[in-house]
Amino acid sequence: MTETLVAPPAPTASPAADTHLYLDGVSVSFDGFKAINNLSLVIGKGELRTIIGPNGAGKTTMMDIITGKTRPNTGVVFFDGTIDLTKQDESAIANLGIGRKFQKPTVFENLTVFQNLELALKTARGTWRTLFYKMVGSERDRIEEMLVEIGLKERHDEIAGALSHGQKQWLEIGMLLVQDAQLLLLDEPVAGMTDHETEETADLILSIAGQRTLVVVEHDMEFVRRLGARITVLHEGSVLAEGPLDHVQNDPRVIEVYLGR
Amino acid sequence: MATAAPPSGFLFNRQGWAVFIGVGILLIAVVPLLNLATPEGSAFHLGNYLIPLLGKYLCYAILALALDLIWGYAGILSLGHGAFFALGGYAFGMYLMREIGTRGVYGNPLLPDFMVFLNWQELPWYWYGFNHFWFAAAMALLVPGFFGMLIGWFAFRSRVTGVYLSIITQATTFALMLAFFRNDMGFGGNNGLTDFKSLLGYDLHLPSTRIGLYIATVIALGIAYLICRAIVTSKLGRVLLALRDAEARVRFIGYSTTNAKLFVFTVSAMLAGLAGALYVPQIGIINPSEFSPANSIEIAIWVAVGGRGTLAGAILGAVLVNLGKSWLTGAAPDFWLFFLGGLFILVTMFLPQGVVGIGQKWRFWRARRQSAVAVAAGHD
Repeated sequence: MTETLVAPPAPTASPAADTHLYLDGVSVSFDGFKAINNLSLVIGKGELRTIIGPNGAGKTTMMDIITGKTRPNTGVVFFDGTIDLTKQDESAIANLGIGRKFQKPTVFENLTVFQNLELALKTARGTWRTLFYKMVGSERDRIEEMLVEIGLKERHDEIAGALSHGQKQWLEIGMLLVQDAQLLLLDEPVAGMTDHETEETADLILSIAGQRTLVVVEHDMEFVRRLGARITVLHEGSVLAEGPLDHVQNDPRVIEVYLGR
Repeated sequence: MATAAPPSGFLFNRQGWAVFIGVGILLIAVVPLLNLATPEGSAFHLGNYLIPLLGKYLCYAILALALDLIWGYAGILSLGHGAFFALGGYAFGMYLMREIGTRGVYGNPLLPDFMVFLNWQELPWYWYGFNHFWFAAAMALLVPGFFGMLIGWFAFRSRVTGVYLSIITQATTFALMLAFFRNDMGFGGNNGLTDFKSLLGYDLHLPSTRIGLYIATVIALGIAYLICRAIVTSKLGRVLLALRDAEARVRFIGYSTTNAKLFVFTVSAMLAGLAGALYVPQIGIINPSEFSPANSIEIAIWVAVGGRGTLAGAILGAVLVNLGKSWLTGAAPDFWLFFLGGLFILVTMFLPQGVVGIGQKWRFWRARRQSAVAVAAGHD
């Protein structure tokens, strides 16, 4: 409950070299409603960061801004130090190495599990290259490996629409991994999962942490505790508090807006 | 919209090639044989009038294929595909007009009859080059392709989808219809282009020329089918299916959905132009009514009846609905539009997979029945 833990990180003039994602002074409003209000956030390379906050705190809008779906009215968003994300569209941002898992699992329901991974696999994305694409053995191996990792080996030829909710979540995470994204944004990765699946997902995320930068938005406090990562609390579109879980949990303002209710 | 992705990585399996080649032989060899080698009055004889009629159905089949490629696989419902068809038809019709030469009513070696009639003194610049077959043939593909690309570029870049895209395409074909009705556009106004005499020197009224055109149409249909099949079985085909169902997600894994849609839309417009170019010499006329919005809606009905997202279904639907149209407009002319409307409603409600879906439904029903019988036997 010290002062330094409560204050949002002091924005520096330009992102440091080991900063993977840098947001400063970002605001966006929809019809007068400020969804994001002067948000500043710094995430280091290889960091695992959990973001919590009540409904309407701006968590999903923040992801929309990072991935190019929404343009901020003001503020800067930098990836990897120098790349200005506010100037790029969704597909360009994805090709820079930023992957996103949506709140509602969105796999391609009419494609097979294997084909879902095939589309996500890191390959040339141009229209011609895609038309004449032919899968090579090493790419097939990579997909097979991932099928084992996400526990869907037996179901690789099934239509993804036939998977259970939890399996769809895992397939979506698998798609981010074969996409070779360096920064993964996971919006509620364990929503709708059983306790057992939640545990396995936490293990999966912890095994990725360190190699890639992960930003996880989650409501499930048990899961957040298990991840044991640094936490950012969003409230009304800006950072309310930041720090390890027990510090954040004891912050009176956090208790007031979120945990206490 | 439950079309599953076709298997990855090959055009056809063995059975598929057998069917493709079998149907090709039937259409290319057997049909002309029944026309030429059987005596008139024989039960197997195909009348001369039937050859261009069959040719017309196959042109419509190419058109339906073009629409199925974008509607069935990429979810883009164009209600203006008749415009691309008509543009291709006009481009080729311009060649046929210039081929008339001095055989026209006014005998002008350079100007088509309607221009002489309007007192025009010289050929408009955009009629240059159309005295060459290959130039006209190329234009019949390139002009619709260019228009398709233009509309697609504006629409897809601005993320216009769904019903709004349908409305834009429908408005486009309506606007083109009004433009082509005007005499000073230089395309024959109300009457369009007609009174063609020959193609590459072959008399268009000779049965042999008609058979030649018919065979060219079969080959074009085969090629169009292979092109569409190659696209939908490629990885790009799976990108299209994916963006049909979850476009935002496809963007977030790094594909430009704008470019993917622009590509198939352009290919589709060119195929529609090809269909129009083959249609005009067989029917003998192209006029602005080909741009009418109702025509474009009819194409969507053919595809829906045959089965969206199946390619073969689009061909089947175009042929079946037009067979019905030929028969019914003769038997009960007032009834045709009601029939077409009713058909569309019935298919949408009861056969969302179209005629092709009947086979699947039947197999499913039979399998269920067999398993029910097996269970009943097990209880004995």
